[in-house]
Amino acid sequence: MSADLAIRLRGVVKRYGSITAVDGLDLEVPVGTCVGLLGPNGAGKSTTMRLLTAQAIADEGDLEVLGYRLPEESKQARAQLGVTPQLDNLDTTLTVEQNLLVFTHLYRIGRADRRAAIARALAMANLVGRRESRVDKLSGGMRRRLLIARALVHRPRLVLLDEPTVGLDPQVRQELWALIDALRAEGTTILMSTHYIEEAQRLADTVLIMSHGSAVAAGPPAQLVAEHAGREAVEVYGPPPRLAEVETAARTAGLRTRRTGTSVSVLGVEGADGRAPEGERRPANLEDVFVLLTGEEIA
Amino acid sequence: MAIATPPRPARLGRLERPALTGVLVREIVNYSSYWRASTFSSTVEPTIYLLAFGFGFGSLVSEIAGYEYVEFVGTGTVATAVLFSSAFPAMFGTFVKYQFQRTYDAVLAAPVDTEELVTAEALWMAIRAGVYGCVPLVVAVFFGLDPAWGMLTVPGIAFVAGFGWACFGISVAGFASSFENFNYVVSAVLTPLFLVAGTFFPLSELPEWAQIAGELNPLHHCVELVRHAAFGWDGWTDLVRLGALVLFGLVMWRIAIYAMTRKLVD
Ligand SMILES: Nc1ncnc2c1ncn2[C@@H]1O[C@H](COP(=O)(O)OP(=O)(O)OP(=O)(O)O)[C@@H](O)[C@H]1O
Ligand SMILES: [Mg+2]
Repeated sequence: MSADLAIRLRGVVKRYGSITAVDGLDLEVPVGTCVGLLGPNGAGKSTTMRLLTAQAIADEGDLEVLGYRLPEESKQARAQLGVTPQLDNLDTTLTVEQNLLVFTHLYRIGRADRRAAIARALAMANLVGRRESRVDKLSGGMRRRLLIARALVHRPRLVLLDEPTVGLDPQVRQELWALIDALRAEGTTILMSTHYIEEAQRLADTVLIMSHGSAVAAGPPAQLVAEHAGREAVEVYGPPPRLAEVETAARTAGLRTRRTGTSVSVLGVEGADGRAPEGERRPANLEDVFVLLTGEEIA
Repeated sequence: MAIATPPRPARLGRLERPALTGVLVREIVNYSSYWRASTFSSTVEPTIYLLAFGFGFGSLVSEIAGYEYVEFVGTGTVATAVLFSSAFPAMFGTFVKYQFQRTYDAVLAAPVDTEELVTAEALWMAIRAGVYGCVPLVVAVFFGLDPAWGMLTVPGIAFVAGFGWACFGISVAGFASSFENFNYVVSAVLTPLFLVAGTFFPLSELPEWAQIAGELNPLHHCVELVRHAAFGWDGWTDLVRLGALVLFGLVMWRIAIYAMTRKLVD
């Protein structure tokens, strides 16, 4: 194993009956980077996360986390791993502090260091003033922050965040981004799944786009955009017949298009001279790549 | 001859103390938020049985199998208290933690294996059974049962029996796909075992086949051991009964681990 990879998956397959949730996935997460797993619902993001903690066992393929082979040595890996699940599983009748205390024990922090670990986690999650609050009295955003803080009590080398900001309002999401950014700045390796494009673009050094259980593209966001969507796009708004017209015209001119609900985007128009339709010019973005590669629409 | 100490394995072992402690601490911290309700149901119910049978029935039959009826039931309901504070919380608690609170997902993401999780959960319920199991005895002493030194072993007996029943409850939760499935287990397994344990009437009054079947009932062994702790031991027979309880615990423990691994790791 190469010492500079925190996660290394090769040809990983995970089936549930007739469903193949993960289908020959290759994934590399270099130490100290933040990798975003981007994919539509059911792409296999959560299953991948569960494979990394050996809560799901792969049918095929090789998995290594922090140099440990899974599933045999997963316990050692888990000791240095922090996990934030997609679904909240805090103890809701306990206080914020009690939730953290339980995890200092589960993560084997020595008696002498427990208080400091809790204080540090509270500070990171900006919950110092809420130490004594019962979890069921917290707002959704606070609960999420606590869920992340709980994964950090033991200063893990690697953190798995499964859709850390799902269902939160934009402002709370920004708070969480700040928290994740701070983690990154400390040098913690992060694997984060999301279906918010902006989140991946803002936080991830490398993005892996997943669809139907396997990687359809991987690389730094800017490089993916340049490679798959070009530099500029033209966005055309109008009634459906007009949009269909634009699509046909663009395709015959050899340009790629994608639908955005009420508009059509024609991609790679920077070198298209007269072939591009009239419309709003904008830089191509990761969303264009995502829709092109997964065939999914973003709301 | 010097005995070489084996080199410490680099791998983390099975059933590690820190993992068990971690799960136990979670239970203890949680217990601090619900101990009233749990203590209430685990002690009041058997006490009601004790009072209702002991005095209601006791006014009709003053003596049974050579004991005063209150003493007979007072010692017998220890097993009831053990059952109510282990098998039932194990069934419902495990299911809720798995299905609704997803607690076990969080625990298994930490360096804790299913085997350790199940073991610690069962130990915790066994400890509670060891304590709650003594309540009927204390109540019975209050109503005239003579204290005896042998009674000091009752927490231990209740602990061993409680461990087995807790593992039984965890296994049921592990195999059940919904809450409704518990009804079958309660009606078809727990209620008959509870009634035919020698708690309220001696098994010697039953037909022979039922007496033999009764010897396969772990609850019956618990009842007998507690009674003998209070009134005098029965030598080898009691050791065999204790052995049966330990065996019950070990078998149920492995089944519980199997059932939960199937459920928690996919
Ligand atoms: N325990 C399971 N049993 C059966 N099927 C499962 C199980 N877990 C996941 N699946 C299936 O595997 C596929 C991938 O699911 P997964 O939860 O990994 O997707 P995801 O990318 O996390 O989606 P989302 O964005 O909705 O969270 C889905 O089709 C899902 O139904
Ligand atoms: Mg998911």
